[in-house]
Amino acid sequence: MKKKVLVGMSGGVDSSVAACLLLEQGYEVAGATLHLYNNEDTGIPKARTCCSLADVEDARSVAEHLGIEHYVFNFGPEFRREVIARFARGYECGETPNPCIDCNKYIKFGKMLDRAKLLGFDAVATGHYARVEYDEKIGRWLLKKAADASKDQTYVLYTLTQEQLAHTLFPLGGFLKPEVRAIAEKHGFVNARKPDSEDICFVPGGDYAAFLENVMKFDSKSGNFVDVNGNVLGRHKGLFHYTIGQRKGIGISFESPKYVLKKDCANNTVVLGDNKDLYSSTFAVGNVNFIALDHLDKPVEAGVKVRYSQSEAQAVIYPIENGKVKVRFRSPQRAVTPGQSAVFYRGDTVLGGGKILSEEMKQL
Amino acid sequence: MSDFVYADHAATAPLSKAALKAMMPFLTEEYGNASSAYAAGRRARRAVDRAREKIADAFGAHPDEIYFTSCGTESDNWVMRSPELCSEKKKKIISSSVEHHAILNTLEARKHTGLPSELLKADSNCRINVSRLKEALGSSTALVSIMAANNEVGTVMPIAELAEASHKAGALFHTDAVQAAGHIPIDVEKGRVDLMSFSAHKFGGPKGIGGLYICRGVPAGRWLYGGGQERGLRGGTENTAGIVGMAAALEESCENMEKDTHRISVLRDELISGVQKIPGAHLTGDPENRLPGNASFVFEGAEGEALVLLLDQAGICVSAGSACSAGALEPSHVLLAMGIPPELARGSLRITLGAENTEDDIRKILEVLPDAVARSREAAGK
Repeated sequence: MKKKVLVGMSGGVDSSVAACLLLEQGYEVAGATLHLYNNEDTGIPKARTCCSLADVEDARSVAEHLGIEHYVFNFGPEFRREVIARFARGYECGETPNPCIDCNKYIKFGKMLDRAKLLGFDAVATGHYARVEYDEKIGRWLLKKAADASKDQTYVLYTLTQEQLAHTLFPLGGFLKPEVRAIAEKHGFVNARKPDSEDICFVPGGDYAAFLENVMKFDSKSGNFVDVNGNVLGRHKGLFHYTIGQRKGIGISFESPKYVLKKDCANNTVVLGDNKDLYSSTFAVGNVNFIALDHLDKPVEAGVKVRYSQSEAQAVIYPIENGKVKVRFRSPQRAVTPGQSAVFYRGDTVLGGGKILSEEMKQL
Repeated sequence: MSDFVYADHAATAPLSKAALKAMMPFLTEEYGNASSAYAAGRRARRAVDRAREKIADAFGAHPDEIYFTSCGTESDNWVMRSPELCSEKKKKIISSSVEHHAILNTLEARKHTGLPSELLKADSNCRINVSRLKEALGSSTALVSIMAANNEVGTVMPIAELAEASHKAGALFHTDAVQAAGHIPIDVEKGRVDLMSFSAHKFGGPKGIGGLYICRGVPAGRWLYGGGQERGLRGGTENTAGIVGMAAALEESCENMEKDTHRISVLRDELISGVQKIPGAHLTGDPENRLPGNASFVFEGAEGEALVLLLDQAGICVSAGSACSAGALEPSHVLLAMGIPPELARGSLRITLGAENTEDDIRKILEVLPDAVARSREAAGK
């Protein structure tokens, strides 16, 4: 019997081509678009048309073109709870969260996979650039980098469990982005030339500070900019307006360029310093998930990536207490940011990853 | 047992054979414009006039009080947006929080132009209490608009009492009777209604045609500028086939109302008692004052959206909540207004029966639903 696959269709070109490829590979395919937030959730006036409506229409158009069923699921409550609330909580604690990682963990490969199974599907698929393979020797599902290194999205997928990977397909893993666009053009998809999405989906325009202030009702608690010795340098607008490594927008002129080194929640201070002070060699990660191994029982060499748009650097990862992992880079890396994730690679294979913790950075 | 069970009549009802038969000539050879002077036009005009009489008759109205529109939503918009129904001194509209979005969203838009409105709260059965209306009424109230029956939970409102209270305070009374028309007796005179919206496809007529009853002397004003159709108030070439189909369907459903009401409510009660055996199932809406075909529930820990799709896989059409423009199901504003917590409102399911439903349909629903609820709960509980 044909395997039934539910493709998460965002209305973009990647997931459209993913659905198309699965059909060509002989799967029984249906599409689902997730309705995750309303205008009110993103600060757009209620009276305006639904922000995601155009995307849903594009997805529906492609589904119709392919002759497959198309569903719309309202996962708004889950998205608010698992993604938006976590995003806000991260900023509250002085972190710089990555909501896409939580969305993949809790929504796309959590709630959507559960819904797919409930409706009798064998697996879900998305238009992510990544590969899933089963390794017979070790009896584990592996997550591997995409053929298109410039598009690789394994960084935001490292939380996937064995159970999730066993029911997940990434049809674009072996393709280059231009090839994907060519397939979309060939099929005449309405979205073939739609630009890639880059912003956080629920923060239109990318002004997350305005989102936190206006929608999440964050108080802009002003406080001091201080140097590494605690000397006051000026006033800041509230911690959530800043991120580690930032130089622009500090609003004070210095003799030499100053960068945000640290956000100190307890004292409501933003520590400024020189670019060289941004470099660090060791840090700890929590909420660890391992994919290529069950757990870490000894130090292992790995390439470690500490933000989405950065290449990995060589490091050794050590098991420490409570399932946490210590990372020690071979050479110091710039702006390791609490709340972002560190993902561990061996070659093309994702070993695992976790969330960068703030408190333990110095003691290690 | 048939493979397909349609149990979503509150969304739309199948086109009645009588309506189709009445419409056919006007979809084929009788294509004349009802405003044309020649014989073909005059025949269309006669058909429209006859339909208007039938509809007026069904509602206890005069033919010149019936105005054709494209749907219930249009009729509601006409009333809510009519400047003529308000004056400088009287410009407030009182409605309720359980109305259809055609009312609620129009009032919301009206608010932005500085015109006041107030939404009455419903009780836990979705009834609008007359004493609550009396408290809200004042000398500045121009209009009260309360639906005749609720579209989601089927609660029938005390329209005559609400209208009487409104009149005593010097306000006009409008009712959105989209769910009630053709299903329960409506007499605009007995009900003391000044304005009433209705829609054909809810009682076996075609989609794309509706109407507004405007009591003689009520200044509803001109809604669509155009060629002077509908006594100059709603321009636009008459939808002859639609109008004729609506009249035939309404006539038929009024003729069969007593018999259908009895038969359908027996089926509905059987369905309700069957569903209530599912642990954690609760009937929503008024157990007594209820549309004959409506059986609405919330299921603790389940998701209406998943239930609808699971039942769909078994060939059963039912609904849950109301779909937003993207097609996703939003938790029902009606259930929330009735005080049902959002988590529970998410587990809502509306089953609405019609004349063609049978005992077998009920059996099939009761066979499929308990398992669907259990599976949805299991998936949602993860």
